[in-house]
Amino acid sequence: MRYVDEFRDAKLVKGVLDEIRRTITQPWTIMEICGGQTHAFLQYGLDEMLPPEIELVHGPGCPVCVTSLKLIDKAIAIASQPDVIFTSFGDMLRVPGSEKDLFAVRAAGGQVKIVYSPLDAVKIARQNPDKQVVFFAIGFETTALPNVMSVIQAQTLGLKNFSVLVSQVRVPPAMEAILSSPANRVQGFLSAGHVNAVMGYWEYLPLAEKYNLPIVVTGFEPLDLSRGLQMLVKQLEAGTHEVQNAYPRTVTKQGNLSAQKAIERVFEPCDQQWRGIGMIPMSGWKLRQEYATFDAEQRFDVGDINTQESEICIAGEILQGLKKPIECPAFGTLCTPSNPLGATMVSSEGACAAYYRYGRARTRQA
Amino acid sequence: MCLGIPGKVTEVYTDNEMRMGKVDFGGVAREVCLEAVDEVKVDDYVIVHAGFALSILSEEDAMETLSILNEMSMLADEMDEIAASVQEE
Repeated sequence: MRYVDEFRDAKLVKGVLDEIRRTITQPWTIMEICGGQTHAFLQYGLDEMLPPEIELVHGPGCPVCVTSLKLIDKAIAIASQPDVIFTSFGDMLRVPGSEKDLFAVRAAGGQVKIVYSPLDAVKIARQNPDKQVVFFAIGFETTALPNVMSVIQAQTLGLKNFSVLVSQVRVPPAMEAILSSPANRVQGFLSAGHVNAVMGYWEYLPLAEKYNLPIVVTGFEPLDLSRGLQMLVKQLEAGTHEVQNAYPRTVTKQGNLSAQKAIERVFEPCDQQWRGIGMIPMSGWKLRQEYATFDAEQRFDVGDINTQESEICIAGEILQGLKKPIECPAFGTLCTPSNPLGATMVSSEGACAAYYRYGRARTRQA
Repeated sequence: MCLGIPGKVTEVYTDNEMRMGKVDFGGVAREVCLEAVDEVKVDDYVIVHAGFALSILSEEDAMETLSILNEMSMLADEMDEIAASVQEE
């Protein structure tokens, strides 16, 4: 497939990795923010082909993982109500709430439907005028466009039975939270290319300046990931801290202005709770007052919610890059993708799920 | 979830006041919302996430990246050859 096959060329990947080996003289700790990139590194075995000087730490860029437990419990409470059709991206259904997950709601007779696009949820609302249709609008900046467009379309169509349960998170405030932590070890970031496709990368310039650290906008194919690392290592070795773009076929500095405009029309910045991490100031988006009628939190009264996290799970430390999945005593034993204790074991972007799926626990122990 | 897949736009039309289109992903066609890619036209390649095109792919930039990496790969080959000849000596 065009724009895919060329960027999986093994010979070119080898050339880039050789270049990294020629440049590198000392250990560097590098974080890939995006969970999709964590999975790609492990899926292609790139992590095991890197020179030993490079330590990859995995970032919090997994929206399913960082959606707050309280909101998941709310989703479960709303989905359990009669006359509600609860719609969601598939990954969310197995994420453990305090007592159960959304799959359990469905097993108990609740109407929980998986959708590929938020517009599919709007379609379901049109087809079911006698039901309340709720969409679980989670995600980083990449997914903000699909999420706001569902609200805009519902408004255009005058739908009274559609609402969204919003948990939107943003990357730059999370990077800042990681960098300002006393425990921080990250010396350079691979920035998540599809977040940058929407938002551009101008917002990252002051971060690189303030923390003296290089940031490279990076894509998702093996050649993109290798190229991102190569540009980052070159900067680290030279002691520079620029924001560079290793994914120019998709990303521009200013990003997608139409998308940004749509997002700004519907959302405004807010403080946000990140599961396993805590509150990060102004790290989220919520519906503007003009769109409050589409807010599922206002439409459904679910009473008080008391949350209860697993006592064993170390997902919070994993999401902050402080620990690796294999350092968890429950990894692969008490906690597996079919019986997860934490969201990082569920999601196709969670670090624990990646280590489990691509057998990194076995490799390291061997 | 931030997974984005490149595909080729084969059709552009309006539905419910939104610019929509058909996108071909290596043989699999899907309906995609094109509202945020103003300039898009048939035969363009777009990155699609959750049913929405996020950006139009730039062929020129893709070619430039590949050309830089080709040079890097050729350099790596040369270095391998030099290393091999040094070992032989």
